[in-house]
Order: sequence, then C-alpha cells, then structure tokens
Amino acid sequence: MFARPLSAPADQSSGMLFFICLDDMKNWKPSAPTLLLLPAIIVLAAVVIVPLALSLYSSFTPFRLTKPETFYVFIGFRNYLNILTDRDFWVAFGRTVLLLTVALNLEMMLGLGLAMLVEKATRGQRLLRTLMMFPMMFSPILVGFQFKFMFNDNIGLVNNALQSLGLTDQAIPWLIEGHLAFIAITVAEVWSSTSVFAILILAGLLAMPKEPIEAARVDGCTPWQTFRYVTLPFVMPFAYIAMTIRSLDVARAYDIVKIMTDGGPAGRTELLWTLVGRTAYSDARMGLANAMAYFSILLSILFTVYFFRKLAAARNQIGAEW
Amino acid sequence: MATVSLKKLEKRYGATSVVHGIDLDVADREFIALVGPSGCGKSTTLRMIAGLEEISGGEIRIGDRVVNDLPPRSRNISMVFQSYALYPHMTVKENMGFSLKIAGRPQDEIEKRVVEAARILDLGQLLERRPSQLSGGQRQRVAMGRAIVRNPDVFLFDEPLSNLDAKLRTQMRTEIKKLHAKVQSTIIYVTHDQVEAMTLSDRIVIMRDGHIEQVGTPDEVFKRPATRFVAGFIGSPPMNLVEATVDGGEVRFEEGASLPVPRQFRQAVSAGQKVVFGLRPDDIYPSGHGIHAGEAEDIHVVELPVSITEPLGNETLVFVEFTGRDWVSRMLNPKPLRSGERVDMSLDLSQAHLFDAGTGRSLRN
Ligand SMILES: Nc1ncnc2c1ncn2[C@@H]1O[C@H](COP(=O)(O)OP(=O)(O)O)[C@@H](O)[C@H]1O
Ligand SMILES: [Mg+2]
Repeated sequence: MFARPLSAPADQSSGMLFFICLDDMKNWKPSAPTLLLLPAIIVLAAVVIVPLALSLYSSFTPFRLTKPETFYVFIGFRNYLNILTDRDFWVAFGRTVLLLTVALNLEMMLGLGLAMLVEKATRGQRLLRTLMMFPMMFSPILVGFQFKFMFNDNIGLVNNALQSLGLTDQAIPWLIEGHLAFIAITVAEVWSSTSVFAILILAGLLAMPKEPIEAARVDGCTPWQTFRYVTLPFVMPFAYIAMTIRSLDVARAYDIVKIMTDGGPAGRTELLWTLVGRTAYSDARMGLANAMAYFSILLSILFTVYFFRKLAAARNQIGAEW
Repeated sequence: MATVSLKKLEKRYGATSVVHGIDLDVADREFIALVGPSGCGKSTTLRMIAGLEEISGGEIRIGDRVVNDLPPRSRNISMVFQSYALYPHMTVKENMGFSLKIAGRPQDEIEKRVVEAARILDLGQLLERRPSQLSGGQRQRVAMGRAIVRNPDVFLFDEPLSNLDAKLRTQMRTEIKKLHAKVQSTIIYVTHDQVEAMTLSDRIVIMRDGHIEQVGTPDEVFKRPATRFVAGFIGSPPMNLVEATVDGGEVRFEEGASLPVPRQFRQAVSAGQKVVFGLRPDDIYPSGHGIHAGEAEDIHVVELPVSITEPLGNETLVFVEFTGRDWVSRMLNPKPLRSGERVDMSLDLSQAHLFDAGTGRSLRN
C-alpha cells in the first residue's frame, strides 16, 4: 500500500535506465554463476532486502498507515529518542527481560529434570521422547486459547481444581490481576517450550560417555555429587544451545500473550512485541513501531551473543570436539 | 594394606551367565593379573570388585569386610579405565585432586598429594592442561595419577594400556611396574595381553568363558600350564599343540609321524589314549641353535623340511613341516635357511607337555 506512491514515479525512469544499460552492455556476457544466482538474488531482494530497507527507513519517518504522505518526511532519530524516553516502552522492555529470565530458568530446570527421568527409563524411552515433544506440536495460538480457558476465573480448570481441593473458595482472577496474569503467561510459555530444553539436554545425556560417571562413583561421589560435578558440566553446553534458541523465541513472544491477555489488564502484561504490534496496527504509527522493533532486535542480539559466549566457554571446558 | 577374596562369585545378565562362580584369594600388596581372551569376563569380574556391577551370587571381601552391597565409594578402591575416563571439564590437577576434594580434605593436603603424584608420574608440566590437550600416553598417566593420590586399599586396572601404541605400551608397562614397587598396594590388573600379564604380575589368573583355568606365578603358568588352553594362551609365539594317540611307548600323530612318549609322562598315559602333544618353540630348534644347546636333556632329532623363516635379528622363527602342519621353532644364532631345505631339528622332549584330548587337562602329576 505504501509502496505505490514510491514506485509510480520511479517506474519510467528506471525503465529507461534499464534500456540504457542494455545498450551499454550489448557485449556484456554475465558469467554462468552470476546468471544462475540471479533468480535467487532477485527473490531475496524482493522479499527480504527491500522490505527490510523500507522498514529501517520508515523508522526514521513519522509514517502513519492512515497518512501515506508522512512516509516521505524524514525526522532522523526522533522516533528512537521518543522510545528512549517512553516509560511504557521501558516497562514492556523490562517485563520482556523478566519473562525471559523467569521462563528460561524454569524451562532449564524442568527440562533438565525431565531429560534425566527419560534417560533413566529403560523401556519405552522412544515413546516418552515422542510424548515429551507433544507441547511443541501445538500452535502457540492454540496453547494461548487453551491456557486462557484453563485460567479463566469462572469456568477455568485451575480455579475449579483449587476450589474442589478446598485450597481456596474464591475465584482467583488469574488473567485479570496483573501479577497473576504474568504468572499465567509464564506457565503457558514454560509448558509449551520446556521440551526444547528437555530434548536437547537429553541428547547431551545420551551422548555422554559413561566412564567418567563410573570414575566419579569410584572416586567417592554420592549420586548427587556425581550429577553436580560430572553430569551437569557435560550437559551445560546443550542447555546453552537451548537457551540461545529459546531466548530468541521469548524475546519475540507475541502469540500466547496476544491471545491470553492481549497485553492487559491495563498494559500490565504488555511485552515488547505486543507493544510493537499495537503501535503499528492499532495506533497505525508504523514509523514509531519500526523504531521499537529495531531497538528490540538489539535485545535479541544481546541475548544470543551472551549465550553463544557461554556455549563456547562451556564447550571449551568439556573439550568438546564439535 | 588389603587382601581381596572372591568366593563363588557369579554374574548373570538375565538368563546368560558370564561369570560362573570363581574363587580367588589375592594377598596383601600382591600384583595379580586377570588375563584371558576378549569376552571371557575379566572386566565384569573387576567391575564387580569395584562395585560398579552388582553381583549375582557369591561373596567379595576386601580386607576383612564383605563388600557385596557397598557402593563403590565405600570400598576404598581406585580404578583405571581402559578409556581413561578422565573428567573432560577439569584440568589435570583437578582430575587428580577430585577424589580428595570429594572426601573433604583440606586444600593444602590435596595440593601436596597431587604434586607428589605428579612427580612420580612425571606430570608436573601438565597440571593446568585439560584432558583434551593431552596425548594418549599422558592421559593414561593422569588416570594413574588420579588413582594413586587416593592411597586406596586396592588398585583396579582394566586394560589400561590397550589404547596405546606398541612402543608407549612397553614404556608404560615399565612405569606401572615401578609404580607398584613405590606404592606397595594390592593391584588387580586386567589385560588380554599375556605379555603384560607375564611381565607385571606376581601371579596370573587365566580366565576363559567365565571360569578360571589356572592361577599361578608367571613361571608356573609358563612351565606347567594346567590346561591345553593355558598352554596355547601363554607364550609367544604360542606352543605347538598337536592331537595324537598314545600307542605303546609312542605318541602317534594323525599324519603317521610319531615321537617317543616323554619320560615324565610314561606313568601317566595308557595305550590308546587320545592326547594333545605340546612343545614350545624354544624346545624345538635346528640342532646346535637351541636355548638348551649345552645341557642335553631328552633330545630327539628329526630331519624336517623348512617351510618359511621369519628373521628377527638375534633369532629366527623357523616354521618346519611336521605331522602335516607347520611347527614354530626358535633358532638362536641364526644362519640362513632356504624354504624346502631339510634340517635336523632337535626336539627337547623333557620340556614337552601332554594334555588329555577330552578334558584338556595336563597329564602331568
Ligand atoms: N551389560 C551386559 N549385558 C549382557 N551381557 C554383557 C553385559 N556386559 C558384558 N556382557 C557379556 O559378558 C561377557 C564378559 O564381558 P567382559 O567382562 O566385558 O569381557 P572381557 O573379558 O573382554 O573384559 C561378554 O560375553 C559380554 O558380552
Ligand atoms: Mg574388558
């Protein structure tokens, strides 16, 4: 939609340019590799590079979807300055980091526990491994709906269970009170993605040589000490791989939150990307939203770099040959 | 510091039995080698002593304690694994000090004992390295260092040298022997290499299919093998073993050739008995080129055709055709021999062995 005013005047001139080029290059024969790569380059340019460039450019404009002409007003870094001084943005930013921290740690612990249990299973391990992957097979949107239902204060499973067990006689407003809503979202995130950790850590456990564990037992370790000093250091690189993958996931968490609370109540569960989405489409302030998005990508990059460092260190430590 | 004794020790995996009730008494400070072909149950036995494998029957004592149900950490043993089993994420120093750290020893004592072990094993330069930065031989030494810092009652070695190349293996063999002289602990050493067993141990236990075939000093198992299996297993090149039948005063081989019954067996055999005749390569040699050249014992000379020769420098292995097959003989002060050449071979029958063809037991009494 906003591409049209841009391309219409440019069409003719670029067409002319094209002919001139052809004239000039009558004798130019592109090499076979160039020719063969050209379709890929054109497609990439069309679907990745151009949109990326446009969105980056628009983050320097006050572009609103409702006022296409604003696309041509260049305002420099004003969007970015606005973000940096915007309290709502920073709150969402902080909340995203908090969700990242809480969810990743929980997933890591649960995944580790799960992986160790499955590794111990002597029969039916394949079946268990498949079962473990189940939550990943559902669309996050569906997970969102499911947990929205479960945490519903009137008809939800959670409250029903709590009341039946006599733990409470009130309808706990899971999705309505800010802190509780955050907890509910965390639970949904953790449920849907613990298996990423579990599967990767399980891979680590299965790849682990058994002799060092036996050596530790002979060296006087209790089962706990064996785990703490031998098994855990070995599987940490695998956990860091999971962390890297999941930190990108959570840093762009959108779907589950969108469905469960839509950032509510009153913005109390607003995360970076729900805020970006709202700014872009509800408020129609595309330029500002793009600026937020670019800023948020920084966060993802930071986390990725951090975990890659950890991974490299841990790999180095166990003398991994991969 | 500790004796080890096994009584009717058994191991079954489900329905299959892999160790069938073995009895063994290891004396304090003894170096004992468990030797036998691959799959005969050596590792299983060792791992049961370590407590890494549950026992299915019988009893294990270390010192005066029955340790059947004790976990490995309560047995005060050290083990060196075939694959070294170093902790990949710890430095050499941490690897060696780990057991002391777990035992809650003070840091300065750990430091002292690690440095001492490193000195014995010549690991001083490597203390800060990680296992992945070490060569096979160095890893091997670290594994031994890790075992000795603990000052255990018993050392258990499971084929510790089999991943090393031939030269290093010989070198480490000497190191282990020196180590035993220094630490003076009981050592149970598993190997499939009879040379290692012979060179290192005070006594050798020869195992086969989960049974013990013979227990004895290297000299005993070499000179007086209790069974045909031991005779064939110990010694390199292996003993010549050929089936034969006793016929009057002779052992008659299937291909028609025959030899007198060795004197030491005259009382033990009866006519018509199926036997296996055994003679070590050292006890058959081109006349004048033998080990026992000076002291004529019970020499029987046969003219035999040479099939091939394997010169080794100071000696030559000569394969001669006899009884329809090749017999290996050892020629000292070798002279060149051609294939097909007929030479006078001296057979020292005083060193010959006879085994019952059925039971495989030695007929010596
Ligand atoms: N976990 C196991 N389950 C079933 N059989 C086993 C197991 N471990 C070892 N065995 C069998 O026990 C026998 C002895 O093995 P082992 O003690 O490792 O032999 P080795 O003398 O070569 O060290 C082998 O036949 C092996 O197949
Ligand atoms: Mg073995």
